[in-house]
Amino acid sequence: MRRVSDSEIERVFREEFGRAVAVLVRSFGDIDIAEEAVQEAFTVAVQRWPETGLPPSPAGWIITTARRRAIDRLRGDAARADRHAKAALMQAEGHPIDNRPVRDERLSLIFTCCHPALATEVQVALTLRLLGGLSTVEIARAFIVPEATMAQRIVRAKHKIRDAGIPYRVPASTELAGRLSAVLAVVYLIFNEGYVASSGERLGRSDLCAEAIRLGRILSELMPDEPEVLGLLALMLLIHSRQRSRTTAGGDLVLLDDQDRSTWDRSLIAEGQEIVRACLRRNQPGPYQIQAAISAVHSEAERASDTDWGQILQLYDQLLAVNPTPVVALNRVVALAQMRGATVALEAVDRLDFGEYYLFHAVRADLLSRVGRNEDARAAYDTAAALTSNAVERTFLMRARDALPG
Amino acid sequence: MKQYMLSVYHADRGPALAPEVMAASIRDVDALNAEMMTAGAWVFAGGLHNDSTASVVRVKDGTVVTTDGPYAEAKERIGGFWIINADDLDAALTWARKATVACLAPIEVRPFMDAPDA
Repeated sequence: MRRVSDSEIERVFREEFGRAVAVLVRSFGDIDIAEEAVQEAFTVAVQRWPETGLPPSPAGWIITTARRRAIDRLRGDAARADRHAKAALMQAEGHPIDNRPVRDERLSLIFTCCHPALATEVQVALTLRLLGGLSTVEIARAFIVPEATMAQRIVRAKHKIRDAGIPYRVPASTELAGRLSAVLAVVYLIFNEGYVASSGERLGRSDLCAEAIRLGRILSELMPDEPEVLGLLALMLLIHSRQRSRTTAGGDLVLLDDQDRSTWDRSLIAEGQEIVRACLRRNQPGPYQIQAAISAVHSEAERASDTDWGQILQLYDQLLAVNPTPVVALNRVVALAQMRGATVALEAVDRLDFGEYYLFHAVRADLLSRVGRNEDARAAYDTAAALTSNAVERTFLMRARDALPG
Repeated sequence: MKQYMLSVYHADRGPALAPEVMAASIRDVDALNAEMMTAGAWVFAGGLHNDSTASVVRVKDGTVVTTDGPYAEAKERIGGFWIINADDLDAALTWARKATVACLAPIEVRPFMDAPDA
């Protein structure tokens, strides 16, 4: 018999936790019961699998064990006249799970976690907890929130889902577009939180990036006909491919132009580019797909000077048309500076105005220095540095300011 | 089937609505009530007089006392409400969206603790 290592059980946990919870929520109609039962089944697995070896279908084993344990406990509670336990038990008996492959219910679960009646930070926490299997402690650490606060946030959310009757289903096609964009926003928010920690000393927490990519893969697998789902996955893969070159060994920020492109992850790039090509063939562009395409153009350039800025500017024009936000307009300005020079770009940036956004001042500072307005550039770097709460970014901005001549 | 309360919140001192806007809103609310009844969602609904008409009763030092005025001096207060039957929150929110458009005020949706048929 083959021995089962801890890391193998960990891998099964990562892959199957969300799937098992989703199936049991369908079965019991209650998130708490499902979550607790799956957790318990994994505790049993950790004790048993090293002796018995991995079962033929680990997911099936977990689901069956979790269901049996939950029913045993509910029978005890129901005998004590627990109305809630009786209802869950009745629902479970109406939804028997036999040995056939179980339906993948993760899509219903993710739409419940990302329901608009829940606040965004709650959607993020629930998605990581229930789909990703992250512990409350891990989620609290990732978002730099006290553990008790995060625990309370998750408990309240689960109670709201139960008491307010937030449904457990994939929305009807009439609402799907709007609801899906909320789901994608949550996944991208998790990715970005990993990419640039919104505050704190360390720049990235790539565990969150990896988790977001995993969620992106699950969504792509479950909704292969939604081009924006694929676009988001491609975007995350392409950004993540540059993770090693984004900071120096000392933790300092390195801009795209100055990155060591030999350290970029070729397999992530190839995967991301392949998805972008498939999206182009499909020709139903949306914001994530266009951003992925922009990232793919960067990935194609062997040196920064090889970058096809004309194509990037075109893509930004397209992005601005479908998603006219100040942030997109600002990114377009960066491409414009490459194509038409700092003076033209500075005129464009001064037509935008969003005072509190640090990147606006950082971009403006860079353009000002390029046209020789060093005093103005210094002031803009100061404003930008004062507006970011990320220490690595602040250090980067102060260095750029101190490097200005005069 | 669950029950939900849809509360209509009015701002304290908003500018008065033009008479024709008010009349249109009343027509829309009537139409919504009719739609809810046809769908079997309507349980009860009503509008309330201004909170200057409110009285508060409470136990104080062992005796029941009555005082003038609303319980909370809030900027927004409940001006009316619906009680509806709905399968789940999405169904309740669909009614609430129609309600906020009809009565030109924010709607708070809250579930009742006990479903009548559970």
